[in-house]
Amino acid sequence: MSTPPTTTVPGVHRQRAFSAGRLLAWVVLLAMIAITLMPLWMVVKTGLMHPKDVYTSSTALFPPDPTWLNFKKVLGLISTEEALSLGGSGAQINFLRALGNSLLFTGIIVTLQTTSAAMASYAFARLRFPGRSTLFGLFVASMMVPGVVTFIPNFILIKDLGWLNTMAGMVAPFCLMQGFSVFFLRQFFLSVPRDLEEAALLDGASHLYIFWRVVLPLSITPLATIATLTGINMWNEFFWPYLVAKEELQQVLPVALQSFKSQTPQGQPDWTGLMAATAITVLPTVLLLMAFGRRVVESVQFSGGK
Amino acid sequence: MTPLNATRPAQATTFHKRPGSLSMSRRAETVTAWALVLPALIGFLVFYAWPTLRAIQISLTDWNLLRAPKFVGLDNYARMLDDGKFWNGMKLSAYYVLLNIPLQTVLGLFLAVAMDRLTRSLFVKSIVLLPYLLSNVLVAMIWLWMLDPFLGLINHYIVMAGFERMPFFGGLDSSLLTVAGVNIWRHMGLVAMLFLAGLQNIPRHLYEAAALEGATEWQMFRRVTLPLLRPVMVFVLVTSVTGSFQIFDTIAVTTNGGPLDSTRVIVHYIVQNAFAFYKMGYASAMSMTLCAVMVAYTVVQMRVMRANENDLA
Repeated sequence: MSTPPTTTVPGVHRQRAFSAGRLLAWVVLLAMIAITLMPLWMVVKTGLMHPKDVYTSSTALFPPDPTWLNFKKVLGLISTEEALSLGGSGAQINFLRALGNSLLFTGIIVTLQTTSAAMASYAFARLRFPGRSTLFGLFVASMMVPGVVTFIPNFILIKDLGWLNTMAGMVAPFCLMQGFSVFFLRQFFLSVPRDLEEAALLDGASHLYIFWRVVLPLSITPLATIATLTGINMWNEFFWPYLVAKEELQQVLPVALQSFKSQTPQGQPDWTGLMAATAITVLPTVLLLMAFGRRVVESVQFSGGK
Repeated sequence: MTPLNATRPAQATTFHKRPGSLSMSRRAETVTAWALVLPALIGFLVFYAWPTLRAIQISLTDWNLLRAPKFVGLDNYARMLDDGKFWNGMKLSAYYVLLNIPLQTVLGLFLAVAMDRLTRSLFVKSIVLLPYLLSNVLVAMIWLWMLDPFLGLINHYIVMAGFERMPFFGGLDSSLLTVAGVNIWRHMGLVAMLFLAGLQNIPRHLYEAAALEGATEWQMFRRVTLPLLRPVMVFVLVTSVTGSFQIFDTIAVTTNGGPLDSTRVIVHYIVQNAFAFYKMGYASAMSMTLCAVMVAYTVVQMRVMRANENDLA
């Protein structure tokens, strides 16, 4: 196939630089950005409002009288009496505790699952052993089993082990096995040229040594990709922790936020407190994007089987 | 020989020099391989394979977790077929997929094409992806506030435009539609990023050739972009359809199945049976049925869209 020189390619677009279609596309893109950011701004703005202003200024685009009161209240930095006098439910979210739980929950799973997946996928990609293709087939098939099938037996197992409301019970089903991670890393290992490994084998290095000293150092990028994806999914995981760890001290952030919401009276939720709690919970994700935006975006794009 | 030997390079060398070393190093390879696979294998057996078999077994029993399970054969499955709420749940989940997927896919594709043409900015990509990086619970909180019947911004604008207030999550006809809308907001950017990755794999000279032939933008999109995006399209459709058929989180936080079962989708009904009514057997029977439907859908979708072939290769 003959490929025309790439330098002419931008010209195709440049001719249309000021076309109506391009303008329309910009309008759509900016509208999408506005639709994404507007709700987040309303959350922050409501969190900054004094509770007494909720009914008069709920739809104002800026807080009439900005205050940190709700944030302090939600973080438990003001006394209960003071919190109750603000008119809300006085409910608190044990934010630092939940943040710690979330970090621990995500950290344990990312570390163990990435390690276990890297080990298994190297064996599947490079070592010959009886049962290899059957086992790999089963691992890949496990991706098709929806969580809704395994959650009841897994819940019973965790309960029988006495692991309800423990970190062990929360991380157990996720920490050793994830079909997608094994599949993804095996693809990568298959694409690495064998030369280095064969040279090391001839020098008498063992497979384990080669895996640890030769292959893993070359695989930092795909490992980071899979760790990022697992991290995002686990940080946002609600269903399983909600089933096995509802007790306040063990709650991860999504569960804590849900229980904070359900504590507020039905007819008259504590909107300013709720929105302050929501804003605080959004913050770690925004910080992650600011620090590692490129890595996060590329990892997510890779998950599409690129 | 133990796997430990494999960690000592010096010893491994000697295997190659001795006669018969081939079979010994073969054995070392097998032992190393099983040692490497072991942690994942334990995870697979304990948390995937065994629970799946156990779910089948539980689905054949009457069990409330307190008494010993009682074998009832296929009774749970028979009862399920007569249970209007089961069918209501399946119907709502299917309806939800129809509300959710087409619009989400089209908007994501449109957004991806726009980004492909206009900008490579990481800042723009980050903003587009941001909603997907927030948990379902957070997204639910955000939209509970935006869509509040009396205080929410959206109703404020609806009233300003001269229409009636919308109950959104609280309305019989609007609740499921609202949940779908909220999830479109969360997933649109993800779909866009996946399509964008696919678009950037399409060789630019194909568009150049099409432009020389006088093709319009629409023709290029229809004849070049869409066919070459097929592998990404299969991935997006399979994962988003099976994912959205199992919608639960957003509903648990916002409507909790109500009002009047108008959002009692199948997974919510299963969880309700398991953890509110303690009908483990009945809940498992419904889970197995749902699983069968999902697997059948995946297989058909992959067949129909020739998932394993790539037109660029």
